[in-house]
Amino acid sequence: MSASAPGASAPAARGRRWKRPPIFIQRGWLRLVVYGGFVLYLALAISTVEVNWSRVAEGMERGWRFVQGFLTPDFTSRSTDIVKGFVESLTMTLTSTVAGVILSIPIGVGAARNIAPLPVYAVCRAIVAVSRSFQEIIIAILFVAMFGFGPFAGFLTLTFATIGFMAKLLAEDIEDIDEGQAEAMRATGASWWQVLNWGIQPQVLPRLVGLSMYRLDINFRESAVIGIVGAGGIGATLNVAMDRYEYDTAAAVLLLIILIVMAAEYSSSWLRKRIQ
Amino acid sequence: MPVSHLADRPIWTRRTTRQQFAAYAGWLALVALTIFAFQVMTRDTIWFFVQDAPRQAGDLLDRAWPPRWSYLDRLWAPLWDTLNIATLGTLLGILIAVPVAFLAARNTTPSLAFARPIALLIIVASRSINSLIWALLLVAIIGPGLLAGIIAIGLRSIGFIGKLLYEAIEEIDESQVEAVKATGARGSQVIDYAIVPQILPTFAGISVFRWDINIRESAVLGLVGAGGIGVQLNSSLARLAWSEVTVIFIVILATVVVSEWVSAKVRGAII
Repeated sequence: MSASAPGASAPAARGRRWKRPPIFIQRGWLRLVVYGGFVLYLALAISTVEVNWSRVAEGMERGWRFVQGFLTPDFTSRSTDIVKGFVESLTMTLTSTVAGVILSIPIGVGAARNIAPLPVYAVCRAIVAVSRSFQEIIIAILFVAMFGFGPFAGFLTLTFATIGFMAKLLAEDIEDIDEGQAEAMRATGASWWQVLNWGIQPQVLPRLVGLSMYRLDINFRESAVIGIVGAGGIGATLNVAMDRYEYDTAAAVLLLIILIVMAAEYSSSWLRKRIQ
Repeated sequence: MPVSHLADRPIWTRRTTRQQFAAYAGWLALVALTIFAFQVMTRDTIWFFVQDAPRQAGDLLDRAWPPRWSYLDRLWAPLWDTLNIATLGTLLGILIAVPVAFLAARNTTPSLAFARPIALLIIVASRSINSLIWALLLVAIIGPGLLAGIIAIGLRSIGFIGKLLYEAIEEIDESQVEAVKATGARGSQVIDYAIVPQILPTFAGISVFRWDINIRESAVLGLVGAGGIGVQLNSSLARLAWSEVTVIFIVILATVVVSEWVSAKVRGAII
């Protein structure tokens, strides 16, 4: 074990205790520089964090009220807002996942180097890169500015984000397929479409379905956030509840989000196991 | 083998008739549900605004270009804050996630019936709630500023790091644990000498990966008042100063690209 560490390769003098070799950086001075630099940065970073301690102390009381809100969540007094928010979020999640997956399939196929010609590949990869590099919330801001407030802007946001996610993973999946099956299809004289449908599609479909379920899960979580900038959904309800200092309603919304996310996670993992 | 008959000759088909119909019914149900959901969703949509969108987009682009580069001077301090939120938040997350992961892993948890479910609950709760929502809560509780952002990022990171780390702990090679135990090591020594060396590369990889995600997330935390460059973004949006928004977007994009590159390099070096 110690043989891999330089400096320990010479036979250790008798009576000396074995010392564990450093784990990350073997060169002593470099390790010192890296760790020292990191500590210096930390000191600098912490010193620039200005904390208004009296405000924090004041907030503790509110924090306590929030904890109490969690213990006695209020589902009833704002129930119409909560139901409206969840209906918007859930419909947004489903429609945007379906639309996003449908749009991502041609782009994903185009972004796979082994079946797409270079110009198509470049265009599709560019679409994927643009969609992936911006966060949902930033896209939501732009779409709200263009399409007005409400869940339609949220639907477009999540669809756009789904395209980048699904197309990238689908393209990587297609690039990783067993070429033998596609080759066998080609040997029968199949056209490009037939190779795609019979040689490639059966290999990637189970994972595509699994990834769609996973994306459904992500889209629901994101739908809870984009409401903060006006794109509809449960996030809007939550934001309003926080603005009104109604912590028990906010706690009810959060508990429902956690519950739905858990249910979605379990059912999607169950479904994925059954399909694969 | 499912077959269909055409002029009395068997032809291979992929599914039996029953399977085929079940598949059709499933797809039909999905399509119907999607259309229904779309209709419910757009009940209150004002289509005039949607039709107007191309014009709005053109107008937006018109005002957003050219970017007001002079605004860049006022972005360096918020950018530094954003980096600090991400880094300190990640460290906070790590600090809490490591013990939680050890409590959650089947092979290191002190009690399967009690500690493990609680640790798993912490992980799920932290993962289900986006850092922006954590920030929304924390800004209301402890007031706007960097601290709320750091804690929000930390709370969100617990679930991510905790989940991946406890899965790594469960997948370790048990024979090393046994070997160290056979030397008469204490419980803490077993963790130190048999488990930690096995999970350390994974742990470092996860942490750097989360740091990279946190940079993205901390860039927008300011929208709810939790410090960083998002505060600037929020005020520019409120003033409809789209040429400043463009500059901020470019800065965020550049930061994200750089952090992704750093994280890929570091992970490549570790693993």
